[in-house]
Amino acid sequence: MESALQTAFPFIVISVGILLAFQGVLMIVAYTVLAERKVLGWIQGRIGPNRVGPWGVLQPFADLLKFIFKEDLVPDKSTKFIYFLAPLVALTCALLPIVLYPFGPRIADPLGWLVPYTAGIPYVGDAMPWIAEQAMNMPLTIAQLDVGVLFILAITSVGVYGIALAGWSSNNKYSLMGGLRSSAQMISYELAMGASIIGVVILAGTLDLNGIIQAQSAGPWYMRWYIIPQFIGFIVFLIAAFAETNRVPFDLPEAETELVAGFHTEYSALKFALFFMAEYVNMFTVSVLCTVLFLGGWYTPGISYIFEVGSIPYALASHVTFLLKIFGFLFLYIWIRGTLPRFRFDQLMSFGWKFLLPLAIANVIFTIVIVFFLNV
Amino acid sequence: MVSSVIFFLLAGFAIACAISLVYHKNPLYSAISLIGVFIALAGLYVTLAATFIAVTQILVYAGAIMVLVVFVIMLLNLDEDKPLNRLRHLYVIGAGLGVALLAQTFFIFYAVLKTPKTPAEPDQLAGSPMSIGLAMYTEYLLPVEIVGVMLLMAIIGAVILVRKMEQPEIEALSEDVSDKRIE
Repeated sequence: MESALQTAFPFIVISVGILLAFQGVLMIVAYTVLAERKVLGWIQGRIGPNRVGPWGVLQPFADLLKFIFKEDLVPDKSTKFIYFLAPLVALTCALLPIVLYPFGPRIADPLGWLVPYTAGIPYVGDAMPWIAEQAMNMPLTIAQLDVGVLFILAITSVGVYGIALAGWSSNNKYSLMGGLRSSAQMISYELAMGASIIGVVILAGTLDLNGIIQAQSAGPWYMRWYIIPQFIGFIVFLIAAFAETNRVPFDLPEAETELVAGFHTEYSALKFALFFMAEYVNMFTVSVLCTVLFLGGWYTPGISYIFEVGSIPYALASHVTFLLKIFGFLFLYIWIRGTLPRFRFDQLMSFGWKFLLPLAIANVIFTIVIVFFLNV
Repeated sequence: MVSSVIFFLLAGFAIACAISLVYHKNPLYSAISLIGVFIALAGLYVTLAATFIAVTQILVYAGAIMVLVVFVIMLLNLDEDKPLNRLRHLYVIGAGLGVALLAQTFFIFYAVLKTPKTPAEPDQLAGSPMSIGLAMYTEYLLPVEIVGVMLLMAIIGAVILVRKMEQPEIEALSEDVSDKRIE
């Protein structure tokens, strides 16, 4: 019995971690939607949603209920299997990178303080010291992969299929145009995005997300956050990230004025909600990536002077700064949506290929030369 | 135990996708099946501790090449394949190649059974990005350089092929060709 528990323990820990991480990210995403409507309202001189709950805080759940109970219309002449597959692909590829998010630093002894309190309780009291010992040096990441950055890029590149197949299978010309535009856009900007990351990888010497954060926390003051040595890379990454997530000013796949709603014109009810969720989870993922690569992830200078490294308060404070940086990027997304108009499609393509990609490649060459001659 | 269950799940998924790739009449279904094969293969690479190769497989094959294939199928809006009676004589060649592949597979089984089993060294990081990069720029430098030059040639060729030329340029080109034919 005891040994069975001991074999099952790692799986239980991973299951709890996955549950917490996915639930947390999805809640943040739900409230990003509310924040977007509120902030857009303020930018446009309106109040925004304020009817459901105090200050509109229950609006995301009201929206979800509405999506669930709406009638699900399937176009008669659509390619049924692909029509059902597309939203699943989109959301799965959006959710998969969550397993790699570095939520915070390692905690040396997260459960040790519980042992004295549980000493008197039968069963739990006996098992607690063992559990506390197992939890020693606990990482705040579900899976640590030595090619983490590449994994996230690969999964987001598979996410294109969700949109392209949705556009094709709906048997609607507006959907098809939206799907084609979106695939072309994502293929083009993926290159610039990948090239802008290479500079960071050269400086850090690793593709592991936690390793990149560690490299940033160990360098001299001007290397503490890679936004300082890699400012061009940061700008390129940020612009490419807007294009990758199909957000304003690059939201041509769903340009209302010309394509009705683009690739999801024929989708209704929960299937539309899956696309909607995938878009916001993707926003969250590129914000995490941007934070980890250029803003030090959970590492913020100064916290290690206040709290002891490895203690629970240090991890919590680091985690809060990590979330604050991500919220900053999410606010930037909403802010830009409220202020900028949309690109024209040929402008979008020539901007991506003729300006952004050469700039990113120049940045890579510049970084290589600097690293080679200065040995940083 | 867990690893063999995962292996059989992934292998079964890959084989199912491969069968549906060959037998589907609709080209888009075939393309999606091929993506399924690539993803299952990437999963198998992960179980073999070659994460870099697995991720590259998804990034390059599933993420880039197959997007282009799906793109072309969607743009051309191909109809379902018609039965090609006039190509029936190719079945013989296909059967021959299939038998050759089967023989090769059995030979690999036989070779694996014959080789003495040596446990892999634990500190051997064969699949890590660092070791792959080192091998590419020391031991296999020449093949890497050759592939790089060939890819550059392919890129330049593609750019020249799709470039829109002015009407006089095209006429000049065709005149050249016709001149040569006369000679």
